[in-house]
Amino acid sequence: MSLLIGVPREVFAGEKRVATVPDVVEKLIKLGFRVVVESGAGELANFSDDAYRVAGAEIAGSAAQLWSEADIVFKVRGPSDAEVELMRAGSTLISFIWPAQNPELMQKLAAKKVTVLAIDALPRQLSRAQKMDALTSQAGVAGYRAVIEAANGFGRFFNGQITAAGKVPPAKVFIAGAGVAGLAAIGTAAGLGAIVRANDTRAEVADQVKSLGGEFVKVDYEEEGSGGGGYAKVMSEGFQQAQREMYAKQAREVDIIITTALIPGKPAPKLITAEMVQSMKPGSVIVDMAAEQGGNCELTVPGEAVVRHGVTIIGYTDLVSRLSRQSSTLYATNLFRLTEELCKTKDGLINVNFEDDAIRGLTVIKDGEITWPAPAPKIPAAAAKPAAAVAPVAKKSSHGHGEPSEPMSHQKMAVMFGIAAALFWIIGANAPAAFLGHFTVFVLACFVGYMVVWNVKPALHTPLMSVTNAVSSIIAIGALVQIAPPLTADISRPDEVIRWLAVGAIVLATINMFGGFAVTQRMLAMFRK
Amino acid sequence: MSASLATVSYLGATILFILCLGGLSNQETARRGNLYGMIGMTIAVLATVFGPRVASLGLPWIIGAMALGGVIGVYLARVVKMTQMPELVAFMHSLVGLAACLVGFASYIDTSIAFTGAEKAIHEIEIYVGILIGAVTFSGSVIAFGKLSGKVGGKPLLLPGRHFINLIGLLVVIYFGYAFLHAETVEAGMLPLIVMTVVALLFGIHMVMAIGGADMPVVVSMLNSYSGWAAAATGFMLSNDLLIVTGALVGSSGAILSYIMCSAMNRNFISVIAGGFGSDGGSPAPKAAGASAEPVGEVSPILAGETAELLREAKNVVIVPGYGMAVAQAQHTVFEITSHLREKGVNVRFAIHPVAGRMPGHMNVLLAEAKVPYDIVMEMDEINEDFPETDVAMVIGANDIVNPAAQEDPTSPIAGMPVLEVWKAKTSIVMKRSMASGYAGVDNPLFYKDNNRMLFGDAKKMLDEVLVSLKS
Repeated sequence: MSLLIGVPREVFAGEKRVATVPDVVEKLIKLGFRVVVESGAGELANFSDDAYRVAGAEIAGSAAQLWSEADIVFKVRGPSDAEVELMRAGSTLISFIWPAQNPELMQKLAAKKVTVLAIDALPRQLSRAQKMDALTSQAGVAGYRAVIEAANGFGRFFNGQITAAGKVPPAKVFIAGAGVAGLAAIGTAAGLGAIVRANDTRAEVADQVKSLGGEFVKVDYEEEGSGGGGYAKVMSEGFQQAQREMYAKQAREVDIIITTALIPGKPAPKLITAEMVQSMKPGSVIVDMAAEQGGNCELTVPGEAVVRHGVTIIGYTDLVSRLSRQSSTLYATNLFRLTEELCKTKDGLINVNFEDDAIRGLTVIKDGEITWPAPAPKIPAAAAKPAAAVAPVAKKSSHGHGEPSEPMSHQKMAVMFGIAAALFWIIGANAPAAFLGHFTVFVLACFVGYMVVWNVKPALHTPLMSVTNAVSSIIAIGALVQIAPPLTADISRPDEVIRWLAVGAIVLATINMFGGFAVTQRMLAMFRK
Repeated sequence: MSASLATVSYLGATILFILCLGGLSNQETARRGNLYGMIGMTIAVLATVFGPRVASLGLPWIIGAMALGGVIGVYLARVVKMTQMPELVAFMHSLVGLAACLVGFASYIDTSIAFTGAEKAIHEIEIYVGILIGAVTFSGSVIAFGKLSGKVGGKPLLLPGRHFINLIGLLVVIYFGYAFLHAETVEAGMLPLIVMTVVALLFGIHMVMAIGGADMPVVVSMLNSYSGWAAAATGFMLSNDLLIVTGALVGSSGAILSYIMCSAMNRNFISVIAGGFGSDGGSPAPKAAGASAEPVGEVSPILAGETAELLREAKNVVIVPGYGMAVAQAQHTVFEITSHLREKGVNVRFAIHPVAGRMPGHMNVLLAEAKVPYDIVMEMDEINEDFPETDVAMVIGANDIVNPAAQEDPTSPIAGMPVLEVWKAKTSIVMKRSMASGYAGVDNPLFYKDNNRMLFGDAKKMLDEVLVSLKS
């Protein structure tokens, strides 16, 4: 018996999105599910009940009917208290939850014995999870809309023009925070013809900014700002000072500022002070995308557009709903991709498989039991600093032996030690003291070699071989000491033969010595970034 | 120069050699590492030449020999093409092996060094073992050189009862070793020593002849290791700590590389050395995998123009180079295509399988020669999970390393070998001269997949055509 997916109308004030769209309904039905949509659910996003009906969905007259029938509920916002009451034990909910910020909601949901997948808890660092990443898709919409709002509030063209009616300078836009929303804003503003600058505490996004046509403005202070999972972290006092100076300078120069700076679980950092607003040109616009978390600008009024010191400060918290048809379509596709992962058998049933890192991360409540936060996924994030940071950990996995150096079993260990001990005993009992000295050196050198060589990158294996080859021509030393040792007169030796053997060995070893080092040099000179 | 000063110089040289290997851990410090190596070598040679164990009448000989060797060495390093690196390295290993043999013989006939009792026995064992390793390294490397340069066929030569032959060889070596130790005079010891040398030479030839072309990276790194052990054995023979340390460093480095190469192919080190591919009973097993594994379906060929079209429309492109690219000398054209696509905003990256090519890191060197920036050159583990998001995966002259049979067909001889999952890309294009199978002799089901296209022809010529159509 295939499961029924229910899509209720969003009840949160001002929320215009809907959790699925007619195109996606068709795909869900192909996966074997049945779909029921509450009457009027898609109205605010311009999807009529008829459109859903054509796509194959049933239409439920009331929310109560929908919640009682559905096995799986797709929502955008987390459920209200009234909605939680309607939930049926054993059903599954997929929506934004923000478990860290909403502990009470979590308790209530757990009490209803349901399974909850919080789309915001997706382990975003898994590249396979990108197709389900609703935070990214929604942030992209918000970034686009922020520029459109800014353009609406700004009294001039974005692009520079030279016309018969005079010259128009291009608008200068500064974007604080180059996350997904910031990058979307950069691309949109650059597309409209503005001069775009952007800043982020994470230095590695500079290339992304440039790739979208923006200019990366650096803070004149050395500190790495990646906080893991694609978010930034709180920076030091010295850095913040330097950052303020940079913002003050940008505020005097640009026409439009769009701020997107968020730190997870904390109020948004105040980047734009009242003085900076005052220093801006009259008619300038600030769009504060962090308004819901308190705003990046001191003068922001969340949910409203206000004019202060001649500057329009837009603090809308519903940027995504202002583009509801687009954001709903993207969100619906994210949920569809997630459903595909849950239903690999395409039979209209879901399997919340905890072996799957992505699904494990998403699942915050399973059958009434809180399973959030999930353990960190096994695969590490794409390292922020690929060159330096990955040295010991990534190295081993990159050598391709799956689980690096698993500890040996005790039995094996004991045998190894036994053999080594026996070997050492034999040598110790029989060998003369002079040999033991050399033997010690030999064993220690083997270990040094072992330690050093494991650190070599696979890309450098060929140079490593050619340099070790060159180094092994040290054997020339052996020949050198044979060629003409200082002799006492009474000992005879076949000088002639030895000399020719030694000369031969020296020639061979020197070919190797010079050739090896020279060719290594040649090879290494080619490696470049 | 006093004996103590020479010893301290040796210590300095040892430290420089360790820093040299350590420096190679990444691209930024590698050049400095090489410099350390050169300085260390210079110090070691000078300290020896002016040290207490070389009389001044030897100087002209030394200078003459070193000048000759130096000129030849630098000349070789200048003229070698980067695609010939594996051959050159194998060739140089053979020199070290031969030098070790010569030093061993010289040491044996040198009557000025006299030991008695246990010391004499140990000294003679050291000579015996030193020459043994040297001879195996020498003949093995010569054959490896022949195979890599195409002078000797790449297919494994599997003599009937080859494990048995090796065993007899070992017994002969042990027997004559016994005779050697009990020889009263140098003349009497000479015969067993020469017999052993001949056996060791034959063993080296036999060992490498039995190893297939696909296992060449293992062989090259293994010989690298041997040349180090030969130097270490010589060090014991001459009571020289510098030789011991350096030899041990090189030896363990080569051993680790061999181990890495083996695990990259999911092969047991012993079975690689024992020779043949996936053959337990001594029969070459490529087709014996069974009819069930025979891939079925249509092969869809593609032309250079269409390839260019696909590349132009792609957002993400991954290029998988293999030995075929090296043979065709196509790396420069590959780079031109890459930079052209990158200018157009296409994300082009390279995926390098650990055993692509004929020696460890071979592909990286070739790409570096063509000036491909190393930050877009990825290792297998880094890029494998990106293939589903890749629009076009272009395989240039590689076969076994992209063979899905390794994952899908448990009866395949290469089952379990980690491979690049190019078939997960939206489209894969395989550039190949013909439908012939790779070195492993295994058919490749990738060629028959729906989303795969075959671009037949010489890699260089085809890529040139692709580049022309891209630019038009």
